[in-house]
Amino acid sequence: MQPVLVAKKLSKKYGKVVALDSADLELYPGEVLGVIGDNGAGKSTLIKVLCGAVIPDSGEILLDGKNVTFTSPIEARKLGIETVYQNLALSPALSITDNMFLGREIRQKGFMGSFLKFLDKKAMADEARKRLSDLGLLTIQNINQLVETLSGGQRQGVAVARATSFGTKVVIMDEPTAALGVKESRRVLELIGEVRSRGIPIILISHNMPHVFEVADRIHIHRLGTRLCVIDPKKHEMSDAVAYMTGAKQPPQN
Amino acid sequence: MNKVSDDISKDLKDQPKFTTDIGEKDQDHHSFDLGEQTTLKKIQHFLHGNPTIVPVIILILSVIAFGFIAGGKFFSAFNLSLIVQQVTIVGILAAAQTLIILTAGIDLSVAAMMVLASVFMGKLSVEMGVPTLPAIAVGFISGIATGAFNGLLVTRLRLPPFIVTLGTWNIFFALVIFFTGSQSIRSSDIEVNAPLLHFWGERINLGGFVFTYGAFLMIGIFVFLWFLLNKTAWGRHVYAIGDDKEAAELSGIRTDRMLVSIYAVAGLVVAIGAWVSIGRVGSVSPTSFYEGNLDSITAVVIGGTSLFGGRGTIIGSLFGALIVGVFSSGLSIAGLDVLWQRFALGCLIIVAVGIDQWIRKVSA
Ligand SMILES: Nc1ncnc2c1ncn2[C@@H]1O[C@H](COP(=O)(O)OP(=O)(O)O)[C@@H](O)[C@H]1O
Ligand SMILES: [Mg+2]
Repeated sequence: MQPVLVAKKLSKKYGKVVALDSADLELYPGEVLGVIGDNGAGKSTLIKVLCGAVIPDSGEILLDGKNVTFTSPIEARKLGIETVYQNLALSPALSITDNMFLGREIRQKGFMGSFLKFLDKKAMADEARKRLSDLGLLTIQNINQLVETLSGGQRQGVAVARATSFGTKVVIMDEPTAALGVKESRRVLELIGEVRSRGIPIILISHNMPHVFEVADRIHIHRLGTRLCVIDPKKHEMSDAVAYMTGAKQPPQN
Repeated sequence: MNKVSDDISKDLKDQPKFTTDIGEKDQDHHSFDLGEQTTLKKIQHFLHGNPTIVPVIILILSVIAFGFIAGGKFFSAFNLSLIVQQVTIVGILAAAQTLIILTAGIDLSVAAMMVLASVFMGKLSVEMGVPTLPAIAVGFISGIATGAFNGLLVTRLRLPPFIVTLGTWNIFFALVIFFTGSQSIRSSDIEVNAPLLHFWGERINLGGFVFTYGAFLMIGIFVFLWFLLNKTAWGRHVYAIGDDKEAAELSGIRTDRMLVSIYAVAGLVVAIGAWVSIGRVGSVSPTSFYEGNLDSITAVVIGGTSLFGGRGTIIGSLFGALIVGVFSSGLSIAGLDVLWQRFALGCLIIVAVGIDQWIRKVSA
C-alpha cells in the first residue's frame, strides 16, 4: 500500500541545536500514527516541517507519492494537510468564527464579495456552528464569542474542529490533550476516531502513553531528532515504549 | 456581555464546558458566579468587550467639563467648528497610525511621510508646471512607497517598527529639506498655479457651523477603514497579526506580505492627508506638522487602541483625535498656558494606557 505522506531524511538545525537529524516518517491511509519521544526529541519540529510551518535544511516530503515542498502553512493546507499546533495557533481577540475561517474566509456573493471583498459573516457563522456541532463540540452558545473568553478546553475544541473539518488528506495533532482534563481528553480521542472513520489518516503526537496506546495503529518513536523505530501497540508494553524512548532499552530491529 | 463574563469566570474556576455532552453533566456549576462578581469586574469585562466606550465617555465628560470651565464661548458654533477643523489632519494621521498600532507596531514617520507627499504635490504642480492631478497622483505614490518602505524594513530586516520608523522619520524629513531647500511653497503661488491643491480647505456653512471639505473627507476615511477592518478578510488579518503574529502565520496568513500591505495602505491614507493639509495650511512648509507623529499616536492611544496590538477600533481614534482637540481648545479658551495643555494631554495619555492595561488583564 502506498503511504499518504512520506518524509525522507528531513534535517533541521537551529544554530548549533540539531532539531531534526535525517528523520523519516510514513503515514498510511486510514491509520492513526502515534508519535512519541522525549522533550526536545524534535517531534514538534518534525510535524511543523510536514505542515509547512518550518522549512527543512534538507530532505523531502512526498504526498500521495508526489514530491512536495511547502514554503508556508497555506500551501500544505491547500493540499489538505491540517494541523492542531501545540500552542493552538488561535487569535484570542477574534471570534470563534473568525478563527475557524482565518485565511480562508467566505466572501459574499456577487458585487459585494468579488469587488468590495465583503465577508459573508452569516455563512461563516452558520458553517462554523455546523462544524462544531457535527463534532459534538457545540455547547458553546455563541459562535461569535471571542476565543479569549473560552476555557482552555473549549479553545482546544475550536482548534481541533478547525483542523478536522478542513483536513481532507491528513490531520496532524501536536499534544492535543496536553492542556485538557480527563473528560475533554476523552472527547478529543473520540474525535480522532471519528476522523479516522472518515478515512482521513492522523498523526498524533502525545506524551500521554495510555492515549497513544489506545488510539494509535502504529507508534513512531522519535529520539534525538530522528526515528528510532516503529512499534505495534498491540505487541509492545507501554513500559517498553518508554524505555526505547529514553534510551534505557535497545529498540527491536525490524 | 454577561455570557462572556460568565464564561471567563468559569475559565478561572477551570470549569471547561465543551465536554458536558459526554455523560456526567456538570450543569450544577453553571450558575455559580454572577453573584460573586464585583461591580468593578463587571465594568472591566464590559469595557473589554466595548473598547470604544472609554474614549466616548472621556469625550463627553471633557466637553461637559470645558462647557463649565470655559463657558458659552466653548460651545459657540465657531469654536466647535474650529475644533473639527484643527482635528482634521491629526485625525487622518491617526487613522493611518491605527492600522499600524493594531499590528502591534508604531509609526513615528507618518507626519514626515505626509509632508514629503505634500512637497511632491506642491513642487510638481506649482514650480515644475505638471498638471495638478498627476502631481497629486505622484504624492499618493510617494505615500504608498514610503509606507511600503517602512513595511519592507520591518518584515525583511525584522527590525522593531519603532526603530525602523525612527530612522525613516529622519530620512523622510531630510528628503523634504533636500527637495525644498527649506523653502516653503507660498499659498498665493499655489492659488494661482494649482488651486485644486486647496480644494479640501474650502468651507461650507451648515447653520452657523463651518466645516471644511477636508473634515468630511476625514470622516469618509474613517468610515471606509471601518468597513475595511470589520467587513473584509484583510481587516480580520490586521487584527490577527497584531494579536499573535505566529498564530496568524500558522493559520495560513502570509503575515509579511500582509504587513507590507498594511504599511502601504497607511501610507496612502497619509498621502490623502497631505492633500488635505495643503488646503488646511494654505502653503507647503517643510517644517510643518513636526508634532504630527506623536499627536497621531496620542489620538490612537486615547482612542482605546492597545499599543500591544490586536485590540481597538478605528472609530476610537476619531474620538481620540477629537478629545485632543477639545482639550487644547477648552484649555486655551479657559486661558491656560500652552504648557498646561501639554501637561493635561500627558496625563490623559498615561490614564488611557493605564486603563488599557487594566482592561487587558481580563484576558490574562
Ligand atoms: N524555533 C526554534 N529555535 C531554536 N531552537 C528550536 C526551535 N524550535 C525547536 N528548537 C529546538 O529543537 C529541539 C527540538 O524541539 P521540538 O521539536 O520542539 O521537540 P519536541 O516537540 O519533541 O519536544 C529542541 O532542542 C528545541 O530547543
Ligand atoms: Mg513539542
